[in-house]
Amino acid sequence: MTRKKRRLYLLGLSLGGLAVAAALALIAFQDNLLFFYSPSDLQAKTLAPEQRFRLGGLVAEESFEHLSDGITVRFVVTDLTNTIPVVFAGILPDLFREGQGVVAEGRLRADGVFEASDVLAKHDETYMPREVADALKQSGEWRGDE
Amino acid sequence: MALPDRMAYLTVAMHRFANPARFQRIATAILPWSAGLTVLLLAAGLYLGLVASPADYQQGDTVRIMYIHVPSAWMALFIYANMALASAVGFVWRHPLADLFCRAVAPVGAGFTAVCLITGSLWGEPMWGTWWVWDARLTSVLILFFLYLGYIALVNAFDDPVRGLKAGAILVLVGVVNLPIIKFSVDWWNTLHQPASVSRLGRPALDPAMLTPLMVMAAAFMAYFVTLALLRTRAELLNRRIQVLQMARGAS
Repeated sequence: MTRKKRRLYLLGLSLGGLAVAAALALIAFQDNLLFFYSPSDLQAKTLAPEQRFRLGGLVAEESFEHLSDGITVRFVVTDLTNTIPVVFAGILPDLFREGQGVVAEGRLRADGVFEASDVLAKHDETYMPREVADALKQSGEWRGDE
Repeated sequence: MALPDRMAYLTVAMHRFANPARFQRIATAILPWSAGLTVLLLAAGLYLGLVASPADYQQGDTVRIMYIHVPSAWMALFIYANMALASAVGFVWRHPLADLFCRAVAPVGAGFTAVCLITGSLWGEPMWGTWWVWDARLTSVLILFFLYLGYIALVNAFDDPVRGLKAGAILVLVGVVNLPIIKFSVDWWNTLHQPASVSRLGRPALDPAMLTPLMVMAAAFMAYFVTLALLRTRAELLNRRIQVLQMARGAS
């Protein structure tokens, strides 16, 4: 075996080993790499009371309302299987609306309501001009989130 | 072609391009073209992206950040992949030009990664409602930025430049595991960052009126990278020659 070949095999073996090690580490930390839990994830999970976490999903249609104090808003986060009601007193991002993706950070109260201290908007990978979006909606071809 | 034949062919081809004199000739021939192309494509891309393209149906004009953000991200990954390939070639076939290329383009890659992170942050604030989150995509790109900086620091930390380049090549090769993590982070885990719009199965999720400026900008960034890579590798080569001359003078 020439020296060049030996170095080539050494490189291949090292990179292969490294890839396996990285894959094992990532699989082991799978749960910690999630940015948020969906309502269905929470069903399968027992969280310590008062534990802070992020809840992600879509804002359910016709669920958004202002509470009587004028500051707090209430909406329902859904993953189309399970739902969790959310209350939040603060500034919502521009993209926030019913049907839109959302990630809320906070804690689950004993009464099953998620009390958010922060709400972020999550949008999908689709970009198009307004006219195209309107045309799609008119022709009934719309597969977006509205 | 059988594997030994192919290896022999590759070795010959690489020896040909790794010959510094030939590299100088090729670089001199390509440079005016790549530089001219950069200017033309950048002007066209900026006009198409900032003026001629439509606003997004839900993000409005903010979507124009994409024409800088996405090509920078592509270049950040592309340059790192180039460095990894050059490091492998340098490690196995010991071509001095490979390591010099690596050292020459590292700051360019770091620059594109910084642009990607900064524009991403500027885009995240109005759209997501936050400058930064520690989700898998953003964090893995930040690690890529640190890999670039670590490489630059490492190759400059040795008195003997050749040893520095060798240590740097190993760092680059180890860091290559980060590339698939960045690419697939949005598919493997749930993240705040949305999945890929262009490189996905089926049609791009991007209207053609937005895809065209994006591709022109990507081509402009690529031409810019080629120009800088040739210029900076040539400078590294001259630098190396000076070092060798100085050592020879010191020895006599």
